[in-house]
Amino acid sequence: MARMTMIEAIRDAQDICMERDDKVVVFGQDVGYFGGVFRCTKGLQEKYGPQRCFDTPINESGIVGAAIGMGAYGLRPCVEIQFADYMYPAYDQIVSEAARLRHRSNKDFIAPLTIRMPTGGGIFGGQTHSQSPEALFAHVSGLKTVIPSNPYDAKGMLIASIEDDDPVIYLEPKRLYNGPFDGHHEAAITPWSKHELGEVPEGHYTVPLGSAAIRRAGSDVTVLAYGTMVHVALAAAEETGVDAEVIDLRSIVPLDLETIKASVEKTGRCVIVHEATRTCGFGAELAALVAHHCFYSLEAPMVRVTGYDTPYPHAHEWDYFPGPARVGKALLHVMETE
Amino acid sequence: MHKGCGMAPKKAARKQTKTEPSRVRVSEARPGLDPIEAPGRYEATREELTEFYRQMLLIRRFEEKAGQLYGMGLIGGFCHLYIGQEAVVVGLQSAMKEQDSVITGYRDHGHMLACGIPAKVVMAELTGRAAGISKGKGGSMHMFSVEHGFYGGHGIVAAQVPLGTGLAFAHKYKGDDGVATTYFGDGAANQGQVYESFNMAELWKLPVLYVIENNQYAMGTSVNRASAEHELFRRGESFRIEGMQVNGMDVLDVRGAGDAAYDWIRSGKGPLLIEMMTYRYRGHSMSDPAKYRSRDEVTDVRTKRDPIEAAKVLLLEMGETEDGLKELEKIIRAEVNEAADFAEQTPEPELKELYTDVLVGSYG
Ligand SMILES: Cc1ncc(C[n+]2csc(CCOP(=O)(O)OP(=O)(O)O)c2C)c(N)n1
Ligand SMILES: [Mg+2]
Repeated sequence: MARMTMIEAIRDAQDICMERDDKVVVFGQDVGYFGGVFRCTKGLQEKYGPQRCFDTPINESGIVGAAIGMGAYGLRPCVEIQFADYMYPAYDQIVSEAARLRHRSNKDFIAPLTIRMPTGGGIFGGQTHSQSPEALFAHVSGLKTVIPSNPYDAKGMLIASIEDDDPVIYLEPKRLYNGPFDGHHEAAITPWSKHELGEVPEGHYTVPLGSAAIRRAGSDVTVLAYGTMVHVALAAAEETGVDAEVIDLRSIVPLDLETIKASVEKTGRCVIVHEATRTCGFGAELAALVAHHCFYSLEAPMVRVTGYDTPYPHAHEWDYFPGPARVGKALLHVMETE
Repeated sequence: MHKGCGMAPKKAARKQTKTEPSRVRVSEARPGLDPIEAPGRYEATREELTEFYRQMLLIRRFEEKAGQLYGMGLIGGFCHLYIGQEAVVVGLQSAMKEQDSVITGYRDHGHMLACGIPAKVVMAELTGRAAGISKGKGGSMHMFSVEHGFYGGHGIVAAQVPLGTGLAFAHKYKGDDGVATTYFGDGAANQGQVYESFNMAELWKLPVLYVIENNQYAMGTSVNRASAEHELFRRGESFRIEGMQVNGMDVLDVRGAGDAAYDWIRSGKGPLLIEMMTYRYRGHSMSDPAKYRSRDEVTDVRTKRDPIEAAKVLLLEMGETEDGLKELEKIIRAEVNEAADFAEQTPEPELKELYTDVLVGSYG
């Protein structure tokens, strides 16, 4: 066991995969020589050489497209898009090629690539460095979309993603890289070394894609969250005293519907939290599923706490960001309604 | 040293020379390319050069101040300083006409000041205030001013290149004799949409000047490590777009090239590409460990090729006095300090501003 930040866990996962399988290649902008802007590939080029870990020019479409071709010919690329906000030039390749190759070739060809991208706000990045585009991937059949919330999962899920034969969008909540940020931006950040999920086993292990984790057991209300919002929800539960069951979805496609159903059937109430904009956000899908599967268990209307339907702002970031105060308000609200 | 003009195009050397680029190089004559002559250095009057010097110094002092405010926590997130590259925008802007338009990426503070946008409203945008030029909604990377012909301020690398091409289309469509100057970086030059733009621009003979600000690095990646054809002024050749490489560290070389370029474009010959050889002194954004280059390399450029120092030497030769330049410096410092005070004191936008201008109306 070792204490790691999420950055170190992500690096370690790639290291282990490269060590075990020489078909794994790692590349992206500033990924090789520099070790990544967030340092998630630090030392990999030195260890495995520029053949296997390398820099690309600034051309996201080329990065993803080339990775798909490599995958079709037997390699297992793990590429980095420097910020999720830069993936739009590659979106065509992701949607029209990566997601569809297996189906339209009757699995003659697969796209076993992993696309890592830092996601989410809280770093004053404004509209082009703060977005949470997970719903844009979840909407596309043929992709897996996962979002770890701690170093333990980050490593196990990245290894599982790289070893998966499907294209996996692996979103890294950048505000969690160095600690479990709970939305209290004015407070000093707790480092992962002081958190039990900063404890990461050495060597190879996987966290299966499609399994949720209950981070806090509770009986009053189910909170569905992923990424940074898991920690925000935990803080909101403590601060309001509402006995919330906080579920960390970890993977939105595939989705662990069984865990969600069991919890809502128990609590009868549900709050859904994400940073992304509200309309057609993944919360809408969750609400539809819960309404369908748990209709007769629900004792109150579900509530969504999300980013607003505006571009991510430069000023007023902390009003936009769904912090513990807003989540707490929603918890109290669903407890009052019947 | 201050004379000199266009040199004959040299044979393409594989290794890039960082310290002493030739003043101007142009695409080699080739069937299908409309030959362009290497322009000479602009012969400025003392008044003109004083004005160039003032503008360059204003950008530098503004950027230094922005760096300080960032250090104090008044500016957050991303902030890309233009220090070292001042001659490029000042020289080109001085060659433009009233109706021309300008568009660039996220390293945009200098472009805005060169367009004549007051320092106060740029600084207030950096601090995210209501009085900022984008009402605090855009921040450092996303600023705009129709009034000054400045079309942004774009955070996504190279996204502005097709936009600039569209601006040029609109200039031509309206017949206003305007040219769209479209700036982008050496790193941006590798995005696919740049080449989609080149093709359309030449196909439709659009009045666009593409300016690659080659400051040698895209974040931590040097040009040679990311570009197969690292002589970026030749990147348009397969689209039949003529290119020139210009010493972007000399405001008069830049202006000379600008005059030639705008004349050429306004005569209806279509787009043109200029690679400005320049250098950024500071990190890419505010946190940059600078592992990718040596301190000596930076010092070397600063001491030997600084555009502001060069203009100063020339001004003194032309009869300007040290005292006169000191006086100018004082005025600039006062302007920048005033901008910083304003940016610190003026209020944030109201919260409801987040909802305005998402769409024409408001819904929901
Ligand atoms: C589509 C996209 N990919 C990546 C980035 C991240 N990024 C911002 S600036 C930059 C380097 C650009 O370098 P260059 O074009 O040379 O401009 P310079 O910063 O030197 O002015 C990168 C990779 C981005 N903003 N947008
Ligand atoms: Mg550059």
